[in-house]
Amino acid sequence: MAHPYMPNSTDEAKARMLAVVGVADVDELFEQIPEDHLARTPNGLADGIRSEATLRRHVRSLIDSNDDCVANLSFLGAGLWQHHVPAVVDEIAGRSEFLTPVWGTPSSDLGRNQAWFEYASMLGELLGMEFVGLPVYSWGAAAGNALRMAARMTGRSEVVVPASISPERLAVIRTYCGLPEGNDPITVRLVDFDVTTGTVDVAALGLSADTAAVYLETPNHLGVVETATADIAAACRANGTETVLGVDPISLGLLAAPGDLGADIVVGSTQPLGVHLHAGGGVGGFIATRDEERYAREYPTLQVSIAETVHGERSFGMSLFHQSSYGSREEGNDWTGNSVYLWTVANAVYMALLGPEGFAEVGRTILANARYAARRIGELEGVSVRWPDGFFKEFVVDFGGTGRTVAEINEGLRARHVFGGKDLSADFPDLGESALYCVTEIHTADDIETLTTALREVLA
Amino acid sequence: MSGSKLRRYHAPVWDEPLIMEMTAPGRRGNVLPDPIEELDPSAALPAAVLRAAAPELPEVAEPDVLRHYLHLSQETMGMVGISLFGTCTMKYNPRVNEQLTARDGVAEIHPDQDDSSIQGLLEIVHRFDLMLRGLSGMDRFVFQPGGGAAAAYTHATVTRAYFADRGELGTRRDIITTSQAHPCNPATAAAAGFNVITLPLEDDGYPSVEALRSVLSERTAALMINNPDDMGIYNPHIKEWVDAVHEVGGLCFYDHANFNGVMGRLRAAELGFDACMFMLHKTFGVPKGGGGPAVGAYGCTDALAPYLPGPLVESTPDGFVRRENPGGVGRVREYLGNVNQVVKAYSWLLAMGGDGIKEAADLSVLANNYMERRLLALPGVTKSLARLTKHRLEMTRFSLEEYTAETGISAVNVQNRMTDFGIDAFWLSHEPWIVPEPFTPEAGETWSLEDIDYWIDVLAHVLEEGRTDPELVRTAPHQQVVGQLDGSTLDDPERWATTWRAYRRKNGLA
Repeated sequence: MAHPYMPNSTDEAKARMLAVVGVADVDELFEQIPEDHLARTPNGLADGIRSEATLRRHVRSLIDSNDDCVANLSFLGAGLWQHHVPAVVDEIAGRSEFLTPVWGTPSSDLGRNQAWFEYASMLGELLGMEFVGLPVYSWGAAAGNALRMAARMTGRSEVVVPASISPERLAVIRTYCGLPEGNDPITVRLVDFDVTTGTVDVAALGLSADTAAVYLETPNHLGVVETATADIAAACRANGTETVLGVDPISLGLLAAPGDLGADIVVGSTQPLGVHLHAGGGVGGFIATRDEERYAREYPTLQVSIAETVHGERSFGMSLFHQSSYGSREEGNDWTGNSVYLWTVANAVYMALLGPEGFAEVGRTILANARYAARRIGELEGVSVRWPDGFFKEFVVDFGGTGRTVAEINEGLRARHVFGGKDLSADFPDLGESALYCVTEIHTADDIETLTTALREVLA
Repeated sequence: MSGSKLRRYHAPVWDEPLIMEMTAPGRRGNVLPDPIEELDPSAALPAAVLRAAAPELPEVAEPDVLRHYLHLSQETMGMVGISLFGTCTMKYNPRVNEQLTARDGVAEIHPDQDDSSIQGLLEIVHRFDLMLRGLSGMDRFVFQPGGGAAAAYTHATVTRAYFADRGELGTRRDIITTSQAHPCNPATAAAAGFNVITLPLEDDGYPSVEALRSVLSERTAALMINNPDDMGIYNPHIKEWVDAVHEVGGLCFYDHANFNGVMGRLRAAELGFDACMFMLHKTFGVPKGGGGPAVGAYGCTDALAPYLPGPLVESTPDGFVRRENPGGVGRVREYLGNVNQVVKAYSWLLAMGGDGIKEAADLSVLANNYMERRLLALPGVTKSLARLTKHRLEMTRFSLEEYTAETGISAVNVQNRMTDFGIDAFWLSHEPWIVPEPFTPEAGETWSLEDIDYWIDVLAHVLEEGRTDPELVRTAPHQQVVGQLDGSTLDDPERWATTWRAYRRKNGLA
């Protein structure tokens, strides 16, 4: 029986091709492969399930056995956040023309290239930056790439990172920075943050003649909006150090544009801009700078530039392709490959839908909801919110006064269909039994009531 | 020979403005929920951290945003046309898998959820790991790398961790590859801090064992190589290669980018490799998305497993768990990887089965050889290293060198003209080019004989046009969204513009 995915899996099609090729048996076509290279034992795969109905039933049963963040009330964030994804975003990101292609010509890819250019343009408006590359795999990858750009630009080999950074992201950065015995290693120096404010200041950084970059995030991993960013950027500039700033783009209708804060290289996650969680598959990272050659010539990414056709029509092309690994192999800037370009289209639709008012609203609503939730949680016996005045959408809840561990509390919440905040006790032992709660525009007063009621029961 | 009737194709032309040009003050595309209670931001955060001026984003109503991006989608040909983009194995992406992974049980899962709440997902990851172990002979797979290049990078970092653990990283400085390996292999090796040695091809279409031996030493860290290569040539000495690298203590990585022609026939571990990579967005039916989100599934032997990035998924008597891998790389990317794409690949592989992938490999190689027969019958078309007479595998690299000499028409000209008939770009070649004016179609198992014949007939037609009316081909495309790109501004700092605000400033429109 022919397989529905394979049009040529009919006897007639095979016979026609074999006749033209002039062989009796398809095995003859594998003559390049020596006999002793062939697999010696069966691979264990069962025969294919050709019925879509049967296949769907099986896979669906596995998928639907999961507890998700819709059927449950979730306060998880920590670098991957639940925001509303407008229906039009999913409609466009699912279009076959965007979903399935790889690469065409500049003319046959015009629509996609335009969508990519619109992505970069709108993100550039949010960031206050003029040069935006196509995205890389994740926020951590973007930070890693940006720090390597800074090291190449400055010829220095140390980067400074506040200890408040996400361990997940830090692990990626460390991988990108390499090991001492390798070529061009970069040393990651962690510096303490102020436990009374959750922020870092210039003095904490210990800038030296070998500091290539300071990597700062605002809001930082613990939710707090950094307040000395502009001072740090100025001190970095005076020291010949690049300021690499990580931001949450959904905050930028409310919080200052990184370009206005003096950042040199801006990175962050594209996921908040219209991409679902996808169990971690929703991540993506952006890199943006001022439009200066010094920066542009260090990008490892591909980037779409507006251009013209020979007839003067508007078109688009890949700028600075030659400096990528596609163009120059190991002589290129780091490496590039398949990334998260489909999400770029989703991001563009999302930014277009929200517009300036939408971004202002989403920022205000998230801030108000998160502050409301923090206040209500802080009213619980033995529970307090660290840095209650400095955060945007995530905040640290300290359960130290309850005599219970976060693990126990979250287990109790799970039984009540609530996913409590991310447990920080292992990664940040100085914070004790603390959890990072995330509250966004999707949360309602009823949700917060559900949470505080559940917490009350669990802590009783 | 089919002699298809050529389609009267014309790409949709919408002369679509930029979304930024569609703005009209006050319009809204999406309205956010009211806050639970009002809060004045200036009372909640210092003025210095608040945004002073609103971002200059477009103000467009919802239906107009929808139609704008629908127009842009229509102005993108891709797989709606015919795309035999070689080396990328363009194949059908079952839409049932898109439906399945849009369900909340995948799309609305947070990776920081407790393992107990995502048993179904972890089971899929584990089962798929086992299936790939069966196909490769490797002992464990991870799915964290977000593409094939990321899997190559993973190998470079695993190699780094392996030798650092043995105290040998200071001397193990060299990673060896070939000029026909994908650029990601040398590039990721260099980015991970290694020196790169690239072996050139020799008469047989691959470097000799002697050439390899001449660069092996106690400095050798790893070999990173694909087989067959992008010309469809299989290196029959690959076991000797692997043995030779092992003799000096190096590791061997099999870049299985070109797995489609040998699925079910070869096992990387049986050939002696220590690690391999499968591209789920290429070989295993996951959509490419124009370049991700993708997965480079990285598999290795037990000897390298301690150096894998975490978390690792394991089956225990108490269910499926994620555990860290303390001596490993840490992370090459956040979380488990693009798990949504792993689910699609799992579903695809179930649908294909052991019989299906064998048939797909057979069909890929058969279709390529069918194409080769027909293409080489066209005057002006030659194949790379034509002296090698054995049948190529799932791809053949061709050249228009003779045709270009005759007509002055380049492979890129031909590529542009073919898009006028509903055929998207063929792949030329990765750097460095081994043959002049290269092109590399790959039929795979997805494209029907009718589509393959149509592709060849269009090429034949375009080549003939180039002889009778060269200007028509040289100035192509004519039936596309827009005409030929003038690329002269792309690398000019005064004129490139990756954002609208840069464009406006550089053109005095700000």
